[in-house]
Amino acid sequence: MIQSALSGDLPRSRVLSFLLAAIFLVLAFTPFLFSGSQPINTAAKICIFIVLVASYDLLLGYTGIVSFAHTMFFGIGGYGVGLALYGWGPTWTSAGLGLVIALVVGTVLAFVIGLLSLRVRAIFYAMITLAVASAFAILASQLSEYTGGEDGRSFRVPPLLRPGSVLFDIPAIGLRVDGRVLSYYLVFVSALLLLLAAFRIVNSPFGRVLQAIRENDFRAESLGYNVVYYRTVANCLAAGMAMLAGAMSAIWVRYTGPDTTLSFAIMLDILLMVVIGGMGTLYGAVIGATLFILAQNYLQKLMGVASEATSALPLIPHLLHPDRWLLWLGVLFILSVYFFPNGIVGKLREMVRGR
Amino acid sequence: MSRPVLETQGLTIRFGGHAAVDNVSCAFHAGSLTAIVGPNGAGKTTYFNLMSGQLPATSGSVQLDGEDVTRLSAAERAKRGIGRAFQITNLFPNLTVAENVRLAVQAKARAAASLWSRWDHHVEWIKRAEHFLEEVNLQDKRASAAAALPHGDKRKLEVALMMALEPHVYMFDEPTAGMSVDEVPVVLDLIKRLKAAGDKTILLVEHKMDVVRSLADRIVVLHNGQLVADGDPETVIASPIVQEAYLGSMPAAESKGAAVS
Repeated sequence: MIQSALSGDLPRSRVLSFLLAAIFLVLAFTPFLFSGSQPINTAAKICIFIVLVASYDLLLGYTGIVSFAHTMFFGIGGYGVGLALYGWGPTWTSAGLGLVIALVVGTVLAFVIGLLSLRVRAIFYAMITLAVASAFAILASQLSEYTGGEDGRSFRVPPLLRPGSVLFDIPAIGLRVDGRVLSYYLVFVSALLLLLAAFRIVNSPFGRVLQAIRENDFRAESLGYNVVYYRTVANCLAAGMAMLAGAMSAIWVRYTGPDTTLSFAIMLDILLMVVIGGMGTLYGAVIGATLFILAQNYLQKLMGVASEATSALPLIPHLLHPDRWLLWLGVLFILSVYFFPNGIVGKLREMVRGR
Repeated sequence: MSRPVLETQGLTIRFGGHAAVDNVSCAFHAGSLTAIVGPNGAGKTTYFNLMSGQLPATSGSVQLDGEDVTRLSAAERAKRGIGRAFQITNLFPNLTVAENVRLAVQAKARAAASLWSRWDHHVEWIKRAEHFLEEVNLQDKRASAAAALPHGDKRKLEVALMMALEPHVYMFDEPTAGMSVDEVPVVLDLIKRLKAAGDKTILLVEHKMDVVRSLADRIVVLHNGQLVADGDPETVIASPIVQEAYLGSMPAAESKGAAVS
């Protein structure tokens, strides 16, 4: 059953399978395993970014398209749902309508960008996407009357998903399912389904053609594959998935704004997650997103503990001071890219083959 | 004679001021094997690229089965039955040998762009691919990455990709270049079998004159982008213009099978 759900694309490494199972189980039970808001926020962010990074992997890792417009689509999804909930009131209808409008607008945009510019060389395409994404980000902050500008918009979600709505509460076993938990599972289940859909796509005949195009677009064309068509469809699919991730994000944080969805910093994070996890595997998206977001959220805490523990030693507590966490995050990335040029997933699979 | 399958009229491509292929008109018929020969830089591969669509013509036209395909992309021409094997090996390096061939088999299938079916469930493609792997004797290497193959095997895989398209025009660009002596017969037998089928149009760029002599019904000679001779092998090889332009003054050397370059 697992094999069929993953479309036959198994992890092919025991360590990787174990890691994935651990990530899955922890994410599946986060609301009941941890208390406080940080763990569940982190878990939701991981789910959202797994989808976002997987959709980017579809472009970069599978098709060989370098795009910098991925956060734009993430933003379109977020703004679509967010502004609809803000403007039309917190109902499921407005959320759904907002999502549909976002998907239509975003897919058309992805189609046009793809059709116009996927004929040109990869570097020009990257530049074009960069320009379009910048223009979109500026547009979003300038149209402040509609978008809330730099401040973005905070909005209310449908009543069922609010923290105040308690579905059932059994204090004896510490089981309390409220709107927040429900929102989390909405995000979690959506992420799981979208990831499995992505597996289905990359293991379809279409997905193999994408890989062929990545490997050698000239030959793919000579075999009779219309490369521009395949690239454009891949572009639209990846954009659609990114928009759904944006919608999930909006529902979870109940806020949409340029910094959380459209910023170039997020684009760089996505790139790092794909590369660290391993391009062209989808599993890399899971591993990369999980590690990156855990590091972002917990490295500082961990360093605080380490700094305390080594306070008797010279120099080391200063090096490990929590304020230096960004430095260490950077060092970790450089090391991981240096030692795992094919990403963590690539490395784990190599180890299996080497044996 | 029946209508030609593939025909070029005044086909020309200029790179800057230089005409790499210069006003070449030539027709190719079903059931024939035409060798295209000429010194290095004569425009043979460029002529191939113009016919199969990898390069756009500056002027002139290409007709396939009576249809003008001059403005069509390489993909469209491939769909209409032009198969191409490249001189410089052109594979999907990080995919396996079997996957390479399967992609070629898939290209013509109706489910080629299917998004939701599983690739490994298309058993008929796997079987077809296996058949073409056997044709070039690569079945034992099916699981290796194309990039990891030795040169001779890459050349065979290159040919297998074209075979798997099941085209009706086969364009071989020096299929045996760089192959070891014992590998060459696999490819030559394959070309002979295609020829024996009697309904294929086969074009072959080849330097080895013994190969040309043993296979070709007709030789076309290109020199500086122009068609300088066209006819049956014995006449063409014996003609003074070919002796001068292509074979130089040492006809004895090429008869031993030495590559003329």
